[in-house]
Amino acid sequence: MSLTVAGAPPVALRTPAPPGPVPPAPPEPATTPAGVRATARIAAVADGRGATALPLLAGEGPLALRRTRGTGAEAGVMLVGAMSAPLGGDHLTVEASAGPGARLALASAAATLALPGRGGEPARYDVRLTLAEDSAVRWMPEPLVSVRGSDLRVRTRAELAPTARLLLREEQVLGRSGEEPGLLRSRLTVTRGGIPLLDQELACGPGAPGGWDGPAGLAGHRTLGQLLVVDPAFTASPPTAAVLGEFAAVTPLAGPAVLVTALAPDALRLREVLDAACRTYGW
Amino acid sequence: MSLAALLVLADGRFPAGGHAHSGGAEAACKAGRIHDAATLEEFCRGRLHTAGLTAAALAAAAALGLDPAVLDAAADARTPSPALRTAARRLGRQLLRAARATWPTAELDALAAAFPRGAHQPVVLGLTARAAGLGPLDAAHVAAYESVSGPATATVRLLGLDPFQASGVLARLAPELDSVSARAARAADRARREGPDALPAASSPLLDIAAQAHADWPVRLFAS
Amino acid sequence: MHLDHGVTYPQRHTHSAEPVRADGSRRALRIGLGGPVGSGKTATVAALCRALRAELSMAVVTNDIYTREDAEFLLREAVLPPERISAVETGACPHTAIRDDISANLEAVEELEETVGPLDLILVESGGDNLTATFSRGLVDAQIFVIDVAGGDDIPRKGGPGVTTADLLVVNKTDLAPYVGSDLDRMARDAAAQRGELPVAFQSLRGEQGVAPVAAWVRERIAAWAAR
Repeated sequence: MSLTVAGAPPVALRTPAPPGPVPPAPPEPATTPAGVRATARIAAVADGRGATALPLLAGEGPLALRRTRGTGAEAGVMLVGAMSAPLGGDHLTVEASAGPGARLALASAAATLALPGRGGEPARYDVRLTLAEDSAVRWMPEPLVSVRGSDLRVRTRAELAPTARLLLREEQVLGRSGEEPGLLRSRLTVTRGGIPLLDQELACGPGAPGGWDGPAGLAGHRTLGQLLVVDPAFTASPPTAAVLGEFAAVTPLAGPAVLVTALAPDALRLREVLDAACRTYGW
Repeated sequence: MSLAALLVLADGRFPAGGHAHSGGAEAACKAGRIHDAATLEEFCRGRLHTAGLTAAALAAAAALGLDPAVLDAAADARTPSPALRTAARRLGRQLLRAARATWPTAELDALAAAFPRGAHQPVVLGLTARAAGLGPLDAAHVAAYESVSGPATATVRLLGLDPFQASGVLARLAPELDSVSARAARAADRARREGPDALPAASSPLLDIAAQAHADWPVRLFAS
Repeated sequence: MHLDHGVTYPQRHTHSAEPVRADGSRRALRIGLGGPVGSGKTATVAALCRALRAELSMAVVTNDIYTREDAEFLLREAVLPPERISAVETGACPHTAIRDDISANLEAVEELEETVGPLDLILVESGGDNLTATFSRGLVDAQIFVIDVAGGDDIPRKGGPGVTTADLLVVNKTDLAPYVGSDLDRMARDAAAQRGELPVAFQSLRGEQGVAPVAAWVRERIAAWAAR
């Protein structure tokens, strides 16, 4: 693990956010306008004996990686929040690739907190997933919490070979308990065989375009999330569209994929909806 | 560009099937999220900056001459709700019928041949603007305006909202309509060089969820 | 204008209005049924389906203000297989959907022709509306306006585009005339004064003749359509 930062803040000041109820804001660490630039790289390959090897597992800066016990053919990787990044000005990247036939499960140990930086500049968090033929990746991080005053741009891209399978969960929590959210801009782009499958952009919080919290926006909800399942088996038997109460829906996409979208009053209830969807459509 | 042609295309009475679609307003009215002029305005504002911006950029890109098939695939990826994909294709086919009768061009005929089940409405709108001699910014303006005029008209019918108040809502949104249209046209220009990823994909989860629920209603006044 | 058979409609610019398609096949005859709420449009459509379905390949498009209500009535009555009945949403404006912006209805008739194969006749039933509602000639080839005796025997005298210009005026529920004090002779006189040579059918679906006079008129239109 190495830090490629000019004048990076002391690591110890950036405490990881524990799972469950979110504590008050940690003391604001010193940082520079340049912020932290860090990339975690993961490569998974089928080892030819029915399991998945991880020839590349390289964390960096606030992005520490731990191998976890996999199940069957699947290798497990845990993203451990060595620091409670991203702060304003930081640019974090997670790059994961699954080779032909590889099985990879990616999770995070704790919620990610988007925190304000000193200079007021935005933080960036990029996730790039590349899935080769017959591979399967589960990207199931803990929620992203948009803390008051923060400004984060999340860019998630997944490029799938036509036979690859993807299970992807995104949960966004706007502000800690009783707190105003920061500005969160998030875009999720998924392609399959080079053809766009899902492209969605969300902007919410102070500074987002008008109406983000109104009757055509979040309508007062403070958590939202989605579960995306891409599975070539859906070509033959596509899931049917369904409504899960007033604020969640199952929507089959134009390709072999289903998206479950939910708004909820809190992270716990959001997770319940997405967990149920995962049991139905995921693996 | 002909200002008069723009008025013809943007006229709410242009017979392209839009009158039967509420742009999500029927679901929002029933849920109580729209109940007066102020909530209608916030609804329209939210829709303008999400679905409206995305549609406006697609329309501008089509008006600019980008490949309609590529744009249609981009529209599919930006429309997770199957109910809204169906509505967009139906509206696209209805608009194409009106467009071919109004501004007949070989390009529109080719689009009809390539998409017998209908292309996404914003893509058809962009090509219609082209056929009418209009530019990308014009197309973006029409798409952005439609994203709010539909819900406003529907709310007048659904709630008996004072029509003068509804017009006031649209007038107050004018500066934002202009800025969204300009942003959409700039994105379309970038998409010409960088590909369709440069087009915005702004979305509203609640509009998608509510559209899906609305499609299941046994009794409704509007198709979407 | 209402007797415009035998000529190609110059005002039709819709891409499905021409009687003969590009491939030489003939599209179905489209007949619209309009009229005030409760006058018996849906019951007449159901009776026409029962009377004609053995001899004609038929389909129905409904435009009820509340989507699907009429379609569901027709389905419950099992007058046609479900794939031959289609419902159109009208955005709370039934007259707009049949006159000012006929896009959705044209889609529906074309989809029916595509999905259930060659059709002889498509009935387009409007949502219940007022006396001014008429069908666009871009949507239908002929229209029937249905009123009933219980709505008042002065309706023919009042006129309005539906009563005056429809290709056929149906005065429905004649069996109720004695109970509601409607004067059928007066209605016939007033209708003739408003409509000139255009036909009027007095109908009681509970009576012996039932829908037979209207069905006979439809058969004539079908014959004239086939001869064109």
